[in-house]
Amino acid sequence: MTAAVRADGLGKRYGRHWALTDCALEIPVGHVVGLVGPNGAGKTTLLGLASGQLAPTTGDITVLGDRPGAGPEQLARVGFVAQGTPVYDRLSVADHLRLGSRLNPGWDDALARRRVQRLGIDPGRPAGRLSAGQRAQLALTMGLAKRPELLLLDEPVAALDPLARREFLQGLMEAAAEGGLTVVLSSHLVPDVERVCDYLVVLVDSRVRVAAPVDDLLATHHRITGPRRDPARLPGDRHVVSASHTDRQSTFVVRGDAPVHDPTWITGRIGLEDLVIAYMDPTSTTVRTERDGHRTTLRVLR
Amino acid sequence: MGSSVIEFHLDQRSGLSPYRQVVRQVRQALRLGLLHEGDQLPTVKEVVAQLAINPNTVLKAYRELEHEGLVAARPGVGTFVTATLADASLTAHGPLRQELRRWLAKAHRAGLDDESIEALFLETLRTAAQQDIA
Repeated sequence: MTAAVRADGLGKRYGRHWALTDCALEIPVGHVVGLVGPNGAGKTTLLGLASGQLAPTTGDITVLGDRPGAGPEQLARVGFVAQGTPVYDRLSVADHLRLGSRLNPGWDDALARRRVQRLGIDPGRPAGRLSAGQRAQLALTMGLAKRPELLLLDEPVAALDPLARREFLQGLMEAAAEGGLTVVLSSHLVPDVERVCDYLVVLVDSRVRVAAPVDDLLATHHRITGPRRDPARLPGDRHVVSASHTDRQSTFVVRGDAPVHDPTWITGRIGLEDLVIAYMDPTSTTVRTERDGHRTTLRVLR
Repeated sequence: MGSSVIEFHLDQRSGLSPYRQVVRQVRQALRLGLLHEGDQLPTVKEVVAQLAINPNTVLKAYRELEHEGLVAARPGVGTFVTATLADASLTAHGPLRQELRRWLAKAHRAGLDDESIEALFLETLRTAAQQDIA
């Protein structure tokens, strides 16, 4: 099957700064994908490259089997809601819909009108006078009514209050439930991601740390705690995602299927938020000595 | 959502994945007699629009319930309850509780305190569940 997004050796440089390096990624179609990672990790750059708004410095990216922005047909297949869900402040809601229908060959006017009506937005109102939640909903409406196969959203709910956020995600999920739509959204809000996404991509330091279905991630990651030991001496075939030690105790977040049978070790589930955090801080381990509570950081041997 | 009998809710602190929570809430409703044979579950779109959760989560939950023989999907119409859990499970509670009491007494005699028992129980439940899936 054609991947929604496939990247190989993808990199983007601004001047001397690499915003994305050696990015290898394959996102299957039909998912709602959460793109998470710290600020400056390259999320916006990756979405910009996938939407065709940016050109790669190195490597390749294909979106739905074609180069992003390759032509009008490709542009019609991909919707993009940029950071801050921008709309044209001076134009009315109805103007937005008219503009959408002129610019997009596959524009679904009935869907756009239905959404605006259900949201209770006055079509004559200038977008600049809408609430933040309504502006975001208008931007989503524009993205959905072009009937894309892939919808990219950059931090769509970051600036919204909890109610507006929930309403936005309800609308997005309703659209996803109709089928035929792949969604990639970046977000800092892991609880939201956990609710709406079934596929997770963790981007740290301009590299992809992990990309997999959420269920697989939750099933294969555990937190294990026990007497202090070197991560290299852990039993079984496990990948240590993160490690922290006190003088006597070690806590690891590990990826691997085999359960730990050693009774001196406690194995626990790990939630998505902790899992993401473990990947965000994968190279350092915190050492806390009992004597003075002093913290030092050292590199894990890998 | 006029036609559906139950409404789902999500507890993000429960430690259970949204899909498990949906499965559990249907089973619970069956056990409590809130759902009867022939009742329609909320459509995927209704659940998704209400909870703002991933549609595949709901599909997966409904598929599992179908696999367990509790519901059946009628394509284009919806998902309907085909079985009940109420009678069978409630009558089984008594004997199971007795067995569990005997087991608890055994565990106490072996020197386990309540916390160890709880940890052992949860750990065993979890590994058994994983083996069932595998």
